[in-house]
This record gives sequence, structure tokens and C-alpha cells, in this order.
Amino acid sequence: MFRESPIIRWRNYSDRYKLSGHKCTKCGANYFEKKGMCVCGNLIFSEMFFSGNGKIVSFTKIHSGPSVFEEQSPYCVAIIDLEEGARITAQIVDCKYDELKIGLGVEAVFRKLYKSGEKGIIHYGTKFRLKL
Amino acid sequence: MAGIIGWGAYIPKYRITAEEIALVNNDNANAIKAGLGLTEKSVPGKDEDTITISHAATKNAILRAGIKTKEIGSIYIGSESHPYAVKPSSSIVGDAIDLGNDYMAVDTEFACKAGSATIQFNMGFVDSKMINYGLSIGADTSQAEPGNALEYSAAAGGAAFVIGKNEEAIATIDYTCSFTSDTPDFWRRAMQPYPSHAGRFTGEPAYFKHVVGATKMILEKTKMEMKDFKYVVFHMPNGKFPERVAKIFGVTKEQLEPGLIVKKIGNTYSGSALLGLTCVLDIAKPGDKILMTSYGSGSGSDSFILTCTEKIVGAQKKALTTQDYVDRKEYLTYSKYRKHMETIH
Repeated sequence: MFRESPIIRWRNYSDRYKLSGHKCTKCGANYFEKKGMCVCGNLIFSEMFFSGNGKIVSFTKIHSGPSVFEEQSPYCVAIIDLEEGARITAQIVDCKYDELKIGLGVEAVFRKLYKSGEKGIIHYGTKFRLKL
Repeated sequence: MAGIIGWGAYIPKYRITAEEIALVNNDNANAIKAGLGLTEKSVPGKDEDTITISHAATKNAILRAGIKTKEIGSIYIGSESHPYAVKPSSSIVGDAIDLGNDYMAVDTEFACKAGSATIQFNMGFVDSKMINYGLSIGADTSQAEPGNALEYSAAAGGAAFVIGKNEEAIATIDYTCSFTSDTPDFWRRAMQPYPSHAGRFTGEPAYFKHVVGATKMILEKTKMEMKDFKYVVFHMPNGKFPERVAKIFGVTKEQLEPGLIVKKIGNTYSGSALLGLTCVLDIAKPGDKILMTSYGSGSGSDSFILTCTEKIVGAQKKALTTQDYVDRKEYLTYSKYRKHMETIH
């Protein structure tokens, strides 16, 4: 149900579409999703945008994912360190599993995430591909 | 008149060869390749559609334009494969590239010329000073029924252009005109997954009448001749039709070939003539004149005359070229191709 709600997803458009993040106004640490408190103890954040460039920290191949991702199976997922400092988990597209290596550079692309059934909303967002 | 400030192309990575399709359809692959003048076509990824293709092409166009996205006052996307029947592609791309809320947006449909028509829209808005910059996009993930001749050519890809004032242009748009009539050559009814066409009728009374008509019209109105142009681009439903039009006008191989991208990726419908134009802009030099004529079934053709400026040299290397995307490819089997097109799950 959570994945199918157009409203809940709409609240995350800025994160999912544009990789908007949150910068600690005290120490400058960047977070992809807002934290209640920065590691430095500060509670105030300003909006920032990640460039979409990063490096693979770890990766895997999903053969049997959640039902909304079935059409895309099998697919690769990686933990990525973004250039500006935050760590993110995302799909890696347009490559085979064998092509992936820890440390490879990746860049953000805008893709379909999944569809809410035959009549529901098509959800879009950020995935990554190996840097061209 | 307004001009092009930035341009961008995008072609999905996946391809299927004519041989692979012919094997399934019991066709003679060599006869198909010789008849259509193409050997393979692009196929969208499982997570790609007109919206994601438009977004990727637009990012490249904005990189070349070197402007802030919030300076853009309009976004128009021409396609015959908008993912929604009701809900705009343009607002999704607009939000994803961070246009804010102060912009005009609409999706257009006029078969394969829905994208070129949006350049005319934005020229009007820029010239009337209603906006500083407008985005014109043509993109498709075109549909073909299994076993239909369209399977060999219906491809995926798109191109985007930032239209702005002539003074900032990498190529000025010196003139445009359209040739339009009610011609029932190709259509797709509401709720139908695949288009229908009138066979050979799509040739003489449709494609050729309109492409030749619009091209003649613009040459007469501007008093120019074919020899004035460095590059000439005609809409490319296959590799043969634009070559026949070129022969009618005495267009040389040197003028036509650089934009004849259909031979490498198939017919990208609303992206077809526009991707031919991005191929040419990727290599053009200041002072080069370009003639482009699109075609959309139903039917109409938009003709444009452009002149490249000094600014084109710096812009060419700011983003991936059309050829970069042509060279990036992974071949699919027929069954995987049908999975990518969501015909099978």
C-alpha cells in the first residue's frame, strides 16, 4: 500500500527526482534524507542538491525483488558514496552484474521506478549508471 | 527570430537487429534490410519511456545552453507514446529538472512531427518576449504490433532544444513554415496499443507530398537553393524515403549522410528528424546552413532553415554527442525485446 500511494510518493518528489539533500548549517555534513540531528549535535539544516556523481561502495544482484519491481528483475542494486558526502542505496541500470566493481564511478539518471498496477500512477525517480 | 541556445540527444542503450526480428517473423532479413535501408533499431530499457528519454536529452541541452533551469519559461514535449493518456509528461520532466512553478507546459501530438512543432511554439513565445528560454522536446518509444512491418523500424530516442534569443544562439532559426493536410496514412485510435497504417499510401500522397511540399515552400519563400546548405535533414521513417527526397532536390550524399541516423538506430518517430539535427549540430561549424524538414502522419511537415554561429564550437563538447549514444549498445534477443516493450511480462 505504501508503495502504491501517489500522495506519499509525491511528498518525496524533491528527493527522488532531483536528489535534494540536507546540509548541516554548523559542520556542513550532507544527508540524503533529513535527520533529526546532525552527528555534530546541530538541529538546523538547509536544502542542497547532490550532483548525482558517486562511487560504488558495494553491490548485489536482486533476482526476486518486491512485486512492484518484478518486471525489472533481475536488477543490480548498489550502495553509493555520493561526491558530496552522503551514502545512498539505488539501482544501477544499463549494465550487467559482471561489469560492476567496488570503486567504479556512477552518475544519476532519471528512470521509472515502478507502476502502481495497470491503472495507478507511474513512479519516477533517480537510479544510477556507470559513468559514461 | 529566435534561435537554438542548446541541444541534447538521448538514445537508449539496447538494440535489436533486423535478422533477429526476421527470424521470428519468417521474413527474409536481407530483403528487409535492403528495402528499408536499416539494419537495427534502438529499444528502450525496461525502465525507460518518453518521459525519461525527454529528461536525459533535456539535461544535455541545458548543459550546452549553460543557463539556469529556472530561467526557462516553457516546456513542450511532442510524442506519440506519452506514458499517460491523461497526465502530462511535460510537468514531470519540468519538476525533475527543477523548473520551479513559473513555466508553461503542455504535451503535443502530431505523429512524428509533434516535436518539431514545439520549436515553432517556442520561437513565437521568445519573439513575443513572453519568455526568455523555452524547451522543445521530441521523444518516443514507438510501438509496433508483433509481425507488423513497423517492427523493423519503430525505435526509441529523443532530442531536446533550448530556444532563446538570436543573440545567444548557437544556431539562428532564419525561417520556418509548415505544409499541412488531412491525409489518413497512419493513426492510432484511443485505447489501441498499436498504430495502423495504410500500407503503400504512406508513401506518395503522405510522406513525399508533405516533405517535398514543405521543403519546396521554404526554398521558394526564402529564395534559397539546395546548394546553399551544408547539411540537409529529412524525417526518416526508414533509410530509403529521405534518400528519395534527396534525389528529387539534388541533395548530395555529403549534405544528407551526417544526419541520416535512421540507418543506425531506426525511426525514433517524434525524435527522428530532431536527432538528425542533433547529429549535424554536433559537427557543424560557424556559418554552416542547415535545412530540416520533419513529417508527421495525418499529415504535415515543418521546415526550418538554420545558420550556425561562432557559439556552436564551445557548446559541442559540453555534453555527450549523438554519436556517443549510437556507439553505446547492447543487443537483445526477440523475446527480451518484447519484454522491454512490455508485450510479455
